Amino acid sequence: MDTILTVTNLTKKFGSLTAVKDLSFTIEKGNVYGILGPNGSGKSTTLGIVLNVVNKTSGSFFWFDGETSTHQALKKVGAIIERPNFYPYMSAEQNLKLVCRIKEVPESRIQEKLELVGLWGRRHSKFKTYSLGMKQRLAIASALLNNPEILILDEPTNGLDPQGIHQIRELIKTIASQGTTILLASHLLDEVEKVCSHVVILQKGVNLYSGKVDGMFASHGFFELKTADMDGLKKFLEAQGSFSHFEQENGLLTAYLDQPLEAADLNEICFKKGIPLSHLVKRKESLEQQFLTLTNKQNQP
Amino acid sequence: MIRLLHIEFIKLWNNRASRFLIVAYFGLIALIALVTSIKIDWGPLKFNVADIGIFNFPYIWHFNTFMIAFLKVFLAIVIVSMISNEYSNKTIKQNLIDGLSKKEFIASKVWTILALAVASTVFVFLISLILGLMHSDFNEISIIFSDLEYLIAYFVKLFGFFSFCFFVGMLVKRSAFALGFLFIWFIGAEFFPWVYMTSKYSVQTADQVSMFFPFGSMWQSLSEPFTRLSVIQNAAREVGEEIVKDYSVDPVQLLIVLAWAAIFIWASYALLKKRDL
Repeated sequence: MDTILTVTNLTKKFGSLTAVKDLSFTIEKGNVYGILGPNGSGKSTTLGIVLNVVNKTSGSFFWFDGETSTHQALKKVGAIIERPNFYPYMSAEQNLKLVCRIKEVPESRIQEKLELVGLWGRRHSKFKTYSLGMKQRLAIASALLNNPEILILDEPTNGLDPQGIHQIRELIKTIASQGTTILLASHLLDEVEKVCSHVVILQKGVNLYSGKVDGMFASHGFFELKTADMDGLKKFLEAQGSFSHFEQENGLLTAYLDQPLEAADLNEICFKKGIPLSHLVKRKESLEQQFLTLTNKQNQP
Repeated sequence: MIRLLHIEFIKLWNNRASRFLIVAYFGLIALIALVTSIKIDWGPLKFNVADIGIFNFPYIWHFNTFMIAFLKVFLAIVIVSMISNEYSNKTIKQNLIDGLSKKEFIASKVWTILALAVASTVFVFLISLILGLMHSDFNEISIIFSDLEYLIAYFVKLFGFFSFCFFVGMLVKRSAFALGFLFIWFIGAEFFPWVYMTSKYSVQTADQVSMFFPFGSMWQSLSEPFTRLSVIQNAAREVGEEIVKDYSVDPVQLLIVLAWAAIFIWASYALLKKRDL
C-alpha cells in the first residue's frame, strides 16, 4: 500500500513546554484516520509541523516517498487548520481563484467544488458575510480544489450548530466514499468513531495508541447479565474461566471477557447449568470508554 | 514570477482600501503636476510656476523626483497593510498550507514592491516628460534625456523605503503599530540624532553619519533641488552668500540604500522561516 505521510520521532517544544513528544506514525492511502486527543494534546501542532507552518524541534517527517520537497508535496494535499482562513473582502469565487493560482490547478474546478459543498449559489458573496458553517464548507471546497491525495481536517465541526455539524459530516463521508484519504483531528470521540478506520491517540504530546480503531483495546467485549440467583451466576462464571473481572451494579452483573465467547454459547451453558438468564446483552466498549481507560492509565503511572 | 505577481495582484486589487490608495497615489502625482502648471493671472497678480524654471530640462528630473518622492507614504500604507492583513486574516498560514513555500511568499511580496517602484518611476518619468515638453525652455533631445540618473536614484529610494516598510510589517504584524514604528524610528533613531549632531558638530558630520542609516541613506540619495534654482541662487548672492553644493547622484549612496533593502528582505525571510504561525 502507498504511504502518504511518515512521521518519525517528532518533537516540538515551545520553551519549556513539550507540545509533541517523540511522536511516530504513518498514514497509508485509502484509510480514514483520526487524531484523537483532548484540547492541548498537540494535535494542531503536529498538523502544523507536517504542513510546514510550525518548525519542528527534532525528529523528521516526509510526504509520499520522501522525494519531493514539503511545499511541492502540499500541492497534492488539502488541509484546513483550526478556522477557515480566507481574505474577508473577497468573494468565495475570488478566494478560490487565488487558491487555484497557489496550487497551480485550473480554475475550471471551482464550480464543481462549490457545487459539492452547496455554495455555488453564493459564490459572489464576500467571505465576511458567510456564516461559520458556510466558511467551513468553503474551506473544504478550497482544500479539494487540487483533487488531493489526502484531506486534512482539524476540528472541522468545532463551533457549528447541529445542522452545520451534520452537513460537514455528510460531506466528509461523501468525500471518503470517493476514495480520498482523510486525516481528521478531533477531540470529539463519537466523530472519530463514526468516521474513522484508524486512530492515533495523543495526550500531552505523547502517542498513546496508533492503529485500527477496532484493535485499539484488545477487548472481547462484556456481558450484561441478570438472573434470579446472581451470586450463583457469578460463582459459576468465575469457575468457568473466560472472564477477567466482574462488576455488579443496578441489579445487573457485568462480566468482562478475556477470551472470545458468543452470547448464544454463554446462554447455552448457563441454561444447562440450571441458571436461566432473564437478561443477556453482549456489548463492546465504546471508543469513549476505551479512550478514558487509555488516558487514565497514563495519568496513574 | 508572473504567477507570484498575479497572486499578489488578486489580493491587492480586490482590497478596496489598497485599490483606493494606489489609485489616489497615482492620481495625486498627476494632479500635482497639473496644478503646478496653472498660470495665475488675477489682474495685477501674475504668477506662473513655470517661469521660475522648475520645468526646464534637465532640472525637472531632479525637482519632480525629489518632490513626488514624498508621496511614497501612501504606498507605505498599502505595503504595511498588505503584510499585516496576511497575519490578521491568518491567510499567510493558509497560503503556506496550500503549497506556497516561505521563499515564494517573500518573493511574491518583493516582486510586488518592485513592481510598485517601477510603476511609480515610469509614471514620474512620463509626467515629467509631458510637463517638460509643455514648459521647458530647452527642447533639444540631448538636453531632455540628460541627468536621467535622478530617476534611477528615485527608483532606488522608493525600493529601499518599501523594503523597510515590508520588513517592519513582517516584524510587527499590525499595520497601525508598524506605521507607528516607522515614524518613531524616523524621529527617534534618525531625525533627533541628526539634529543633535548638527548642533554639536556640524551639518557635514551629521550627514556623514546619517548616510549609513535607512532613512538617512534614502534621504541623501536625492539631494534637495531648491538651492539649485537660479532664482534662489540669485537671492543668496544678493545677501552675499554663494551656494556651492554637489547635486549629483552619488552611486555609493545608492549602494547603501540597496544594501539596506537586501538586509530588510533577507531579515523578513529569516523571520518567517523561524516563526511558528
